[in-house]
Amino acid sequence: MPETLLKISGLKKSFTLPGGMFSKKRSLKAVHDVSFGIEQGTTYSLVGESGCGKSTTGRLISRLLTPSHGEIWIDGEEISQKKESQLKLVRKKVQMIFQDPYASLNPRMKVREIIAEPLVIHTKRSKAERNHLVSEMLEVVGLTEHHADRYAHEFSGGQRQRIGIARALIMKPKLIIADEPVSALDVSIQSQILNLLKDLQTEFNLTYLFISHDLSVVEHISDNIGVMYLGTIVESGPKDVIFSNPQHPYTKALLSSVPVPDPRLRRERIVLQGDLPSPVNPPSGCRFHTRCPACMDICRTVEPEVKKGLADDHFVACHLMD
Amino acid sequence: MEKLLQVNQLETQFTKDKQKLKILRGVSFHINKGEVLGLVGESGCGKSLTSLSIMKLFKGTSGEISGGSISFKGEDLTHKTEREMRKIRGKQMAMIFQEPMTSLNPVMKIGEQLLEPIRLHLALNEKQAKEHVIFILKKVGIPRAEEIVYEFPHQLSGGMRQRIMIAMAMSCNPQLLIADEPTTALDVTIQAQILELMKQLQREEGMSVLLITHDLGVVAEMCDRVAVMYAGRVVEEANVFDLFESPQHPYTKGLIGSVPKIGQRKDKLTSIKGNVPDPGNMPKGCKFAPRCNEAMAICLEEEPHATDLGNGRMCSCWMIEEGRKNVYA
Repeated sequence: MPETLLKISGLKKSFTLPGGMFSKKRSLKAVHDVSFGIEQGTTYSLVGESGCGKSTTGRLISRLLTPSHGEIWIDGEEISQKKESQLKLVRKKVQMIFQDPYASLNPRMKVREIIAEPLVIHTKRSKAERNHLVSEMLEVVGLTEHHADRYAHEFSGGQRQRIGIARALIMKPKLIIADEPVSALDVSIQSQILNLLKDLQTEFNLTYLFISHDLSVVEHISDNIGVMYLGTIVESGPKDVIFSNPQHPYTKALLSSVPVPDPRLRRERIVLQGDLPSPVNPPSGCRFHTRCPACMDICRTVEPEVKKGLADDHFVACHLMD
Repeated sequence: MEKLLQVNQLETQFTKDKQKLKILRGVSFHINKGEVLGLVGESGCGKSLTSLSIMKLFKGTSGEISGGSISFKGEDLTHKTEREMRKIRGKQMAMIFQEPMTSLNPVMKIGEQLLEPIRLHLALNEKQAKEHVIFILKKVGIPRAEEIVYEFPHQLSGGMRQRIMIAMAMSCNPQLLIADEPTTALDVTIQAQILELMKQLQREEGMSVLLITHDLGVVAEMCDRVAVMYAGRVVEEANVFDLFESPQHPYTKGLIGSVPKIGQRKDKLTSIKGNVPDPGNMPKGCKFAPRCNEAMAICLEEEPHATDLGNGRMCSCWMIEEGRKNVYA
């Protein structure tokens, strides 16, 4: 039985929007009761549209944000309310890869310094040791030693993302949170990075929390998937179940919205009406009911519970499952 | 089939520090009446610049057309003056941009913005023009159109803004619509709405569309024919079925292989090694050769020519050119 590396339950986060002279302070519930677990060596993906809370969830787990409620267990340790001073050990185990490789690397640092920075913070290794480790890590991500003394602006987007990956890997973390790591890249470069992430997972037995809006990328890389809508996970389960037999109307619509690169395929498409409601003022009952093609009376008033779906590890939050 | 637009050996350059930098290096393609042509390629390949060159939108930049021709309804646009172009833009060809927020005027009410092209190009009195605005807004599926005209762009969502952009572009019934990444900034469910709308309008009006995108899924869904661009040139042109079923150019093959496809279980994606070359530092010979797995000696020396493969297919690759020679020899 593989070990569960990350387990979160009942995670909530709300932000307070400042009020103006004539308006009251309002609260934005970005993440509303999210629970899932990830086993060692597997990839769990959070998918959803902008504003669904997937990035906030990632930032809560890496404790760049502090949750309002709920528990986060990483490697047998509860970290949801730990203070900054106690988080250093956690940060060694959890590293992040960010979306924009242009913004996430310090332009005034050499690549060597960027990659070695976690070592400076977390270890007492000598400069020679650090340099040696950086060179090793550059090899691993497909760059070479002579890239180490250049600055980030000298690299292309794909190469910068490799530098970001090297920085995340140097502490040999257990969990990597990758927040839209390939969305800013061109397709031919995107496939290079996806292949690299897969190779690294096998090599170092890494666990990924992969955050993306692109369902085809998610299908390629994940073992398990959670589909988010307005701060809640509406459906979660193994990749095969989600993609071949989705149960929640939102998952179905999301899947049928993705344009498929095959001109012979002419499918019936579920086109959702309307826009995403604002998370400041989410709809009552089921949060999806305003756009749901199968909306019933109960959906408008009662929030659906999470129920077991087609498999043991498949969960759906929808009244249609009753 | 009648050609609406024929772009021939188009070259566009920018001047920086007295140095001329050619970004488009001989772009050729055509669009037939009533057809959707997809222009695909990665960032920096010149697809957006191609559309700006067709519209001659160079104001405030050093960009200029330095060679080739753009023939629109039989007339060459390259020699038209700004005054003449203004009569064509918006009326005969219109454009939709990627970012609906930055392309709408934030301090102008929706209705006023939509009135601008109508008052400029159509001989309507004020009342008729206003009615036309409401009519066109309803056509693009805007609910409560009568109220929306009094609102500002920031009050609308991304999808709604893009509908407004489409309404503006469609307001004077153009024969050619240029859509530059019209759905890239939108979420998938909203993208599906906008693509559906564009398809329906294109069919109803029978207009031609130049759809610029990097998303091969969107291409497969929307286009009749496709032109693939790389480093400032069209390297392959084919109808959409041929392109996806039997891509000829190694770059097209790599591009199609790079895209993960839902339902296709593949452990590894095919990827194209290396990066897109920098326009100031182009390799000699075929610009794709340094990234090509099948590059031959000649590829590094000389640029291949466009070879006509029949059935409207074109491809610029030495493998095809050399292969042809062998057949005839």
